[in-house]
Amino acid sequence: MKQNKLYFIFSKLHISIKKKKNPKGWFLFNSQPNYIYVEDFQKRRAETIVLEKLKWKKARRRSRRRPGPACAVTAIREGPLSKDLKPYSRECFYEVFEEEIHQVIVENQLFKPGERVAIGASGGKDSTVLAYVLSELNRRHNYGLDLFLLSVDEGITGYRDDSLETVKRNEIQYGLPLKIVSYKDLYGWTMDEIVKMIGLKNNCTFCGVFRRQALDRGAALLKVDKVATGHNADDIAETVLLNILRGDIARLSRCTSIVTGEDGPIPRCKPFKYTYEKEIVMYAYFKRLDYFSTECIYSPNAYRGFAREFIKDLERIRPRAILDIIQSGEDFRISTFTKMPEQGTCERCGYISSQKWCKACVLLEGLNRGLPKLGIGRSRGPNNDRKKGTKETNGAKSIESKQCGTLDF
Amino acid sequence: MQLTLEFGGGLELLCDSVKVHNVNVDMAKGAEKLIMKDLLGWVHTNLIKERPEMFMKGDTVRPGVLVLVNDCDWELSGQLDTTLEEKDVVVFISTLHGG
Repeated sequence: MKQNKLYFIFSKLHISIKKKKNPKGWFLFNSQPNYIYVEDFQKRRAETIVLEKLKWKKARRRSRRRPGPACAVTAIREGPLSKDLKPYSRECFYEVFEEEIHQVIVENQLFKPGERVAIGASGGKDSTVLAYVLSELNRRHNYGLDLFLLSVDEGITGYRDDSLETVKRNEIQYGLPLKIVSYKDLYGWTMDEIVKMIGLKNNCTFCGVFRRQALDRGAALLKVDKVATGHNADDIAETVLLNILRGDIARLSRCTSIVTGEDGPIPRCKPFKYTYEKEIVMYAYFKRLDYFSTECIYSPNAYRGFAREFIKDLERIRPRAILDIIQSGEDFRISTFTKMPEQGTCERCGYISSQKWCKACVLLEGLNRGLPKLGIGRSRGPNNDRKKGTKETNGAKSIESKQCGTLDF
Repeated sequence: MQLTLEFGGGLELLCDSVKVHNVNVDMAKGAEKLIMKDLLGWVHTNLIKERPEMFMKGDTVRPGVLVLVNDCDWELSGQLDTTLEEKDVVVFISTLHGG
């Protein structure tokens, strides 16, 4: 018993050391009642670390005209922000937010020291906050990373040209070198030209497929080891729902991984996988980060809009539902009878592909030949012989128009 | 009652691209205090010039729009039942755009 007591006292004094050695063990030893109960272990750990840090600091009382609810960490009444429906003061909110991202990076071993990492920057809220937080954490915790900004210009006037100005400002504000790759240079088509040709439906298919390849090409030009994107929890939950709604089993099994494309040219990671979109916006607002906030002009016709509406309605009733959908997506097990596409390489460009030609080559061929529907439309993959929805004319038989399974990341 | 309303995240496009509005809101007849619900109705009638479905859905804001009252999330102070006082700052930020 005495030993336990002594250990408990020592554990209190050596908290900072213990935390580095064996975080899980440290947490078990400290069963003090003033730790806040949170469902998720990660969030719990982030909060307890912040609480301990603040105990050793002096917290100043700031008087406000109307104090709000007490901050969950310091119990001081300071116009707070909410995270997971719990109140936090502004400083605690920043700390818990950054600490959570740090925990996600460390636990999933997203980066190694000395790596060159490109941040996919569109000028929007997620990529701006990602660039800010990553450079901050890189400095604070000595990740030893070389960070770059990588931006893709799809050629959408009124949308992309404005957001590129924002990225150029970010380059100066955060001191990160910027590289822009454009569809016109890579494929010879801008999105505006593509939409003129194919109409307002299925634009996102072209844009998404081309963008993924463009990011890879840009990353190869920069000679980086990894690409980090700003996909947040809401995005991933929407993707899980979308893949269920479309019956896309191959993508469903991959879309929740925090690192994707490890066997491909350049792996991609999503440090914001467990961060709500709401937290990111609040963080950006209070830190006065500069971002561009307009919807792509072609997006009202996107299928993802329905999944997004649904997720937002769910969030209103129970915010936790978003992380739970991601959890369900991670736990899906595909039945052994389902045949999955196999990975190979594209014959035309050498990119990874599960069909003879990769999706981008199929789409590009369709555009160049004036067959806009080539590569669009459902066929059920190797399992089923049904081929419907594709308007093929003679000469197109050599092109596989089955749904390409490996082009998402 | 004097209030300052701010619109962000693309919502300013619904109010003639003006981000900050200093407004004088009259309370409903017979009401003792101004609550958010009344303010939303007032904004809907007086400030939103186009596409009101981007801002409101039914009685409340569209899901995906953050509301901050004096830099405090309205969900912590009662959401629609939040009482407003003189010189309060209410911020509406939309999160529904690409990142």
